[in-house]
Parts: sequence; structure tokens; C-alpha cells
Amino acid sequence: MGQIELKGVTKRFGDAEVIPPLDLQINDGEFVVFVGPSGCGKSTLLRLIAGLEDVSGGEIQIDGRNATAERPAQRGLAMVFQSYALYPHMSVRKNIAFPLKMAKMSQREIDAKVDNAAKVLNLSSYLDRRPGQLSGGQRQRVAIGRAIVRSPKAFLFDEPLSNLDAALRVNMRLEISELHNTLKTTMIYVTHDQVEAMTMADKIVVLQAGRIEQVGSPLDLYRHPKNRFVAGFIGSPKMNFIGGAEAAKYDAHEIGIRPEHIDVGTTGAWQGRVTVSEHLGSDTYLHVQTDYGIINVRADGEVALHHGDTVWLTPNAACIHRFDQSGNTL
Amino acid sequence: MARESTPQRKIVVTVIAWIIALAIFFPILWTILTSFKTEAQAIAIPPRFLNFDWTLANYVTVQERSNYFGHFMNSVIISLGSTILALAVAIPAAWSMAFVPGKRTKDVLMWMLSTKMMPAVGVLIPIYLLFRDWGLLDTRAGLIIVLMLMNLPIVVWMLYTYFKEIPGEILEAARMDGASLGKEILYVLTPMAVPGIASTLLLNIILAWNEAFWTLNLTTSNAAPLSTFIASYSSPEGLFYAKLSAASTLAIAPILILGWFSQKQLVRGLTFGAVK
Repeated sequence: MGQIELKGVTKRFGDAEVIPPLDLQINDGEFVVFVGPSGCGKSTLLRLIAGLEDVSGGEIQIDGRNATAERPAQRGLAMVFQSYALYPHMSVRKNIAFPLKMAKMSQREIDAKVDNAAKVLNLSSYLDRRPGQLSGGQRQRVAIGRAIVRSPKAFLFDEPLSNLDAALRVNMRLEISELHNTLKTTMIYVTHDQVEAMTMADKIVVLQAGRIEQVGSPLDLYRHPKNRFVAGFIGSPKMNFIGGAEAAKYDAHEIGIRPEHIDVGTTGAWQGRVTVSEHLGSDTYLHVQTDYGIINVRADGEVALHHGDTVWLTPNAACIHRFDQSGNTL
Repeated sequence: MARESTPQRKIVVTVIAWIIALAIFFPILWTILTSFKTEAQAIAIPPRFLNFDWTLANYVTVQERSNYFGHFMNSVIISLGSTILALAVAIPAAWSMAFVPGKRTKDVLMWMLSTKMMPAVGVLIPIYLLFRDWGLLDTRAGLIIVLMLMNLPIVVWMLYTYFKEIPGEILEAARMDGASLGKEILYVLTPMAVPGIASTLLLNIILAWNEAFWTLNLTTSNAAPLSTFIASYSSPEGLFYAKLSAASTLAIAPILILGWFSQKQLVRGLTFGAVK
């Protein structure tokens, strides 16, 4: 089981309230991603759940039990840190075995569990090396190994892939998703990368300034963002925002349209000039200077447009998001 | 552009380095040479470098006149004792300042260091009077306490710098893995900080060994370490350079040997954290 519930959890550092009262329900077996810009409190929230920070108010329940005052190890959660946080003076085997040794397990049991975890994570041939002799991806796998041997109620990941290069990041992302499918254990994953959030999560929690802006499935957030912040944060490239008279036509203070929901043609609603065109083969990204500012467009396949070309843009009316003065979706 | 390292340049740099090193080492070399001369040759003008009658007479005299081994043991006990006591106080202090810093931690550190800038003679009278009243004059325990207090700021600072280098996340990982505070310090912090603790220990032993101000002022015979032993040869019958040199050589030899064998550790320790 790994059901976690936050009830009115707050965190203050001195006079600064970094997390105002917050409620959140995380169901057993769910893959939940906390996402938001730097400094939004997502890591702090994870550390509160882990017990590495004390809450200033409210209650944290794990499997229906009040765990607010429990020490980190008592909560039965395992954490994977951004810096891997491996013990540099211990071999891979000893690193993975450390939590079991702390739990006073017998050596036979420890060996069996470590060997099993090493097999799952392809680390069997590295067990006698030190962390310093491993690549970034291997270190991350050791950190995950150290987490899974404990059979925790939930895994907590704190931006685990941000120290890896782009190609490795995609691989590790898949590995973590596979691990979740195999173990079916609750996972809470913190990232500022909305692509990671969209691809991995069952449920995304978007945070800003310690507040939850929206909770929902990736596609739910993509299709029905509650406000301008979520609309702008989820989706890549970012949503275009247009205010003024053009928005008024749609009876809104501001409208938002995703780059993939704009057609490019020789006639259309908005005229503009291409400033930059990015040709990826599968897609073409166009940055178009219009009367409403720069509008980003994502066109399928290869589009033969280049710097200086004049184009007409037509938004797909069904996909226009409307926002009121305070940024809430209408 | 990277600086070019031509063979000529290397030779010039090496020669300069040797000249500087020899200039720094020369007084010690001269002391050692003088200890093997007769008193007359020791003050001969022009000075004799190697062409003199080598003799061990000064060492014999020094042995006869004073109890070298007793002073040596005092030095060992005082420097080791004050170092171990300082580490026992400084490790928890540095741990808390490095990992659970408060608002004023930096100020406390600066304040501790600033006490080292005060001339020691400023507190000599009060400490002397306290020692007299508490019966600590000319005792090893008294010197251990004073030298521990004198070097504590440096020990705390050094350990603080080493502990700062250890990422807090590793200690948090240990906490998540179920380690208690004791096990966290035993299995994770200490093994990672061993090089730092070792070089702090070495440096502090050397500082305590070489200390002369407090040892001269607070001891006479019973607890007198080697620094006091040297001083006893500079008076009162006038200077006997050869005997003084023999005494000095005997006093610095142990610490010189210790420093020689631990120089790598010392250099690494002192430049720790300077380059990442």
C-alpha cells in the first residue's frame, strides 16, 4: 500500500510562507508528478512528505496513519536525489545494502535482495565498483537500486534526471516508467520539465508559489487548463497568448492558442512574417512576427517556409482557450 | 591561451624553486650543522660550513645537563592531549555549523577566528593568576587546556570547511535509509571526512608542538615541553650556540620527521576545497 494524503500542510521558513495550506490525495500505485517553475515549492513539498523537513502546520497521512511526527525512515518511503547522493566510500553493493543493514536484516537476505535489484537494474557486473567509477546513468541506477531494495510504500524522486545528458535522460525516463509498471508502487516525481511530467505521470500536480494550480491527468491539463499559468506551463512549444481587440472578439480578456492548433496558409486570419523557421523533419517550428507579437506555430512535416516569408495564420477555433482578467479559464 | 612550458622555462622555474626552498631551509640546516661544531667553531668568523671538526660533544652535554626524554614526553602528551580534546569539542561544533547552520553561524565563525588575532600576551596575566589559584601552573593538564583553547578556532574552522564539502543530500539519504544520528556520523560522515580530520589533527599537533609563548610562561620544569627545553640553553650564562643548536635539533627532529612523512596529507588538507 502507498496512499498518501496531505491535509492543510503548510511550511514556513522564518516569516516566509513557502507552502500555504495545501490538500492533496495520492492514491496507491499512482505515478504523480509535481511540476512547476524553479522555486515553486515542489521540492520542499516532496521533502515534507519524506520527513526531511518538518511541517509548520497540517497533517501528512500515509496509508491512513498520521505520519507527521515520524522520522524519515519510519515513514517507509524511499527517495532518489538529484545528485544521486551515493556513499562515495562504499562499493555499489554496500550502497544498495545500506538501508537493509540499517534495518538489521541478515546477511543472507541482504545478499539475495541486492543481487536481485542489481539484476533488475543491469548493475550485476558493477557491484564491486565505487560510485566514482560509474557513469551518470549507472549512478542513477544505483540510487534507484538503493531505493527499491527496501520495498518502500512509495518512491520519491527529486529531479532525478536533471544531471544526465539529453539522450540518457530519455532512456532513464523510460526505465523509470517501466519500473513503475513492474512494481506498481506509488511514485512521486518532482521535475521542472513538463515533457517528463507529460510522458510519465498518471496525475500531474502543477505548483506555483507553493500553491496547487491544478491537479489532473496529463491530457486533462493539456486540454482543459484551469488558468493561464497551467495553459502556459503545460505543452511544448508554449501556448501563444493574445490580448486586446482580438481577444475581445472571443469575448475574453486574453485568448490562448497552442502552436499545433494554428494552420499556415496563403490566406487566413492573421498575417505575419516568418522570423525563424526550425526544420526538424517530423515538424517545422515557425516563429511568426504578427500584429499581436511573435506567434509560434508547429506545422506537421516539412514546410518550405524561411526567414522573411509572408504567411497567413488561422487558429483552430475549437482549440482556443479563453481567459478572464485574473487569468482564469472562461 | 595556455602558457607554454618549454624545457628552458622548466629549468629556470626549478632553479628558482630550489633557491627559495634552500633559503627557507637554511636556518634549520645551519642549526643542525652548528650542533656538531665546538663552541669556538660555532662563532668562528668567517663561519665554517662543512670544514670543521665534527663532534657529538654538544649532544652528550645536553643529555647530561637536562632530561631530554622527559621534555619530549611532555611535548608528546601536551600536543596529543590538546589536539584530541580540541577535536572532541570541534567535531560536534563543526557538524552543527556545517549542517544545521543558524542565522548567526557565519558571525560565530568569524568571531572565533578573530580571537586568534588578539595578542596572546593580553590575556597572560589573568590566565596566569587563574592557573596559580587553581594549581595548574607547571602542569601538563593546564597546558593541554590552554593550547586546546588557543587552537580551537583553527580546528573548528578547518573541520567546518571539510564538512561543508560533504553534500547534505548524502546525509539525508542516510537518514532516509534508516540511519540514526549516531550511525549517520559513524558510517557516512566520518569515513567521508577522515582525510580532513587527519590533516586537522596533524596540523594541530605541529602547532601545539611548536607553541612557545604559553609553554614558556606557564611551565618551569615538571611540565616543560621541548620548546621550554630549548629556551633553557639561551640563558643565563650567555649564549652557547653549539649547545643551543644541539638542543634545538633534538627538539625539532620529531616534528620534522612527522611533517616529512605526512606532507602529502598536510598539503592536501590545507588546499582542500580550493579546487573542485
